Amino acid sequence: MTSILKVNSLTKNFQTNIAVNDISFQIKKGQCFGMLGPNGAGKTTTIEIMEGITQPTSGEVFYKGKPIGHLFREQCGIQFQHTALQDFLSVRETLKLFAGLYPKTSDLDDLIQRCNLESFLDSDNRKLSGGQRQRMLLAIALINDPEIVFLDEPTTGLDPQARHNFWDLIKNVLSRGTTIILSTHYMEEAAELCDEIIIMDRGHIIAQGPPNQLLQQHFNEQLVRIPEQKLPKTSIEKLKQPDDFQHILFQSTSFQNDGWVEISTTDVNKTISNLIRDGVDLNFLQIRQRNLEDLFLELTGKGLRE
Amino acid sequence: MKRFLAILHARNLEFIRDRAALSWGFLFPTALMMGFALLFSNGDQELYKVGILGELNHPFHESRYINFISVKNIEQAITKVERHQLDLLIDPKQLRYWVNSSSPSGYVAEQMLKASGGKTFKENNVSGKEIRYIDWLIPGVLGMNMMFSALFGIGFVIVRYRKNGVLKRLKGTPLTATEFLMAQIVSRLILILFVSTTVYIGCHLILNFSMYGSYISLFLVFTLGSLAMIALGLLVASRLKSDELAAGITNAISIPMMLLSGVWFSLEGSPQWITFISKLLPLTHVVDASRAIMLDGASLIDVSHHIVALIAMMLLFLFLGVKLFRWE
Repeated sequence: MTSILKVNSLTKNFQTNIAVNDISFQIKKGQCFGMLGPNGAGKTTTIEIMEGITQPTSGEVFYKGKPIGHLFREQCGIQFQHTALQDFLSVRETLKLFAGLYPKTSDLDDLIQRCNLESFLDSDNRKLSGGQRQRMLLAIALINDPEIVFLDEPTTGLDPQARHNFWDLIKNVLSRGTTIILSTHYMEEAAELCDEIIIMDRGHIIAQGPPNQLLQQHFNEQLVRIPEQKLPKTSIEKLKQPDDFQHILFQSTSFQNDGWVEISTTDVNKTISNLIRDGVDLNFLQIRQRNLEDLFLELTGKGLRE
Repeated sequence: MKRFLAILHARNLEFIRDRAALSWGFLFPTALMMGFALLFSNGDQELYKVGILGELNHPFHESRYINFISVKNIEQAITKVERHQLDLLIDPKQLRYWVNSSSPSGYVAEQMLKASGGKTFKENNVSGKEIRYIDWLIPGVLGMNMMFSALFGIGFVIVRYRKNGVLKRLKGTPLTATEFLMAQIVSRLILILFVSTTVYIGCHLILNFSMYGSYISLFLVFTLGSLAMIALGLLVASRLKSDELAAGITNAISIPMMLLSGVWFSLEGSPQWITFISKLLPLTHVVDASRAIMLDGASLIDVSHHIVALIAMMLLFLFLGVKLFRWE
């Protein structure tokens, strides 16, 4: 697959603060490209430079081999993280307004149906729920039938159901061959949707690749989790002695870690036999794969949403 | 053009649906003029006003209840007699006087002159409808309302759009700054002219104020004036992101402009620096030109200096406003 967008040594300074520090990457046509990182990592700045909204301090962005210019606005679709729309307009009127700004537009009826806007088409756009609003903003981003769409944290603040509905819409857009650049701080969102991701922290790219490949590269062990109260003191002391196949994790790796002991192991069978041998009650035992959240913690020493 | 029309249409819908702002746009100037008409309906002339060209050494000068005003320019003074602003005008050297045959006060003053031995004075009759304060005030209030609507209407909308991110969203489309700003200007211009025309017609029906000039000239002056003041609003809003600062600056411009443009009282005889400042304000030219058209029946050529000033200000403000404009 050929690359549709190429970012070359991008740097952006805001006074003394370096928001984006010399990053480069390429995005292949038709893929969903994820940008992960905590707040302040430089995701939004990078996206807005790619969109042509913000000028970089140095570096270049190429779309189909050519530097992006004013015409790029006609070719790309944008969903900003924070945005407002004109007051007193209905959803339908807002779509018509934006359709009027582009030389080429998608079929409005088809777009309305694809983004599930039928039920609130005539509502004032200030009276929409979070999920409805994000769907309308997605429809606006798609109104010029773009080959490439930028979605900056489109599901932040949505409830789980609305988030899953939104993922379905994104999958539908991807199935038509549209390239999507998606920023998020939800690891499961990236794992669900993205073909390739970059993880950013403090303006740098700290990891890049397909999500599964990244996990394989960094982790070959699994996590065995047991409630702390089910584990006798002697077992904990034994686990604290480093082994060649397992070690206890003292750092919490997820929100629900309170009261749980996590054992990172390359040999689950052996770890469990040891626990049985020590007479540990395994009724509440959990085994899980390492995920992107763990990867971020491993790379930066902090959680994604801290 | 398609993009311009899309934004214009959206802006018009937005305004028409904002009922509170729309009704205020009509109510404010109408209420103001009705209030003033009521205040001044009883008349405020307790004294007779007699203009004197040069010196008057005559027993008439001893009469009580007459305010003698020394005048220099005979033509202006005659106009004042025509408008009932002077009851009588006396030229002692040529032994002649002017009186308005339709003015009751003029008749009384004339009788007082004759009674005090002024029968040798030759009578000159002029005619003309009385110019009430309200007639003089109407062009001022229309102009002032235009100014408030232009400055606050344009400035606030753009600053609000910038603050809440509407402008950023539009920046992400092929829309250019010029297209966006022109749509805002045209939308506001249509609104101002519509409100002004409606208020004009409404007040005319009730107050029956004077209009001696051409409606086309008046409309042209109002259009140019609105454009110059909308462009000024645009300039103020070109970069601001805080609506409080925008409110402060707009007030700092509009209130002195209201006071120094001769809306409420004539600036004739004010210190030179005030006259100078007032000439730099677009509202002064709108008010002076429309007053000349409405009260004196002035033609466009008579008020051409005001028109040139308004066009120059409009172009300057527009140029700077577009040049300084930032989406974010």
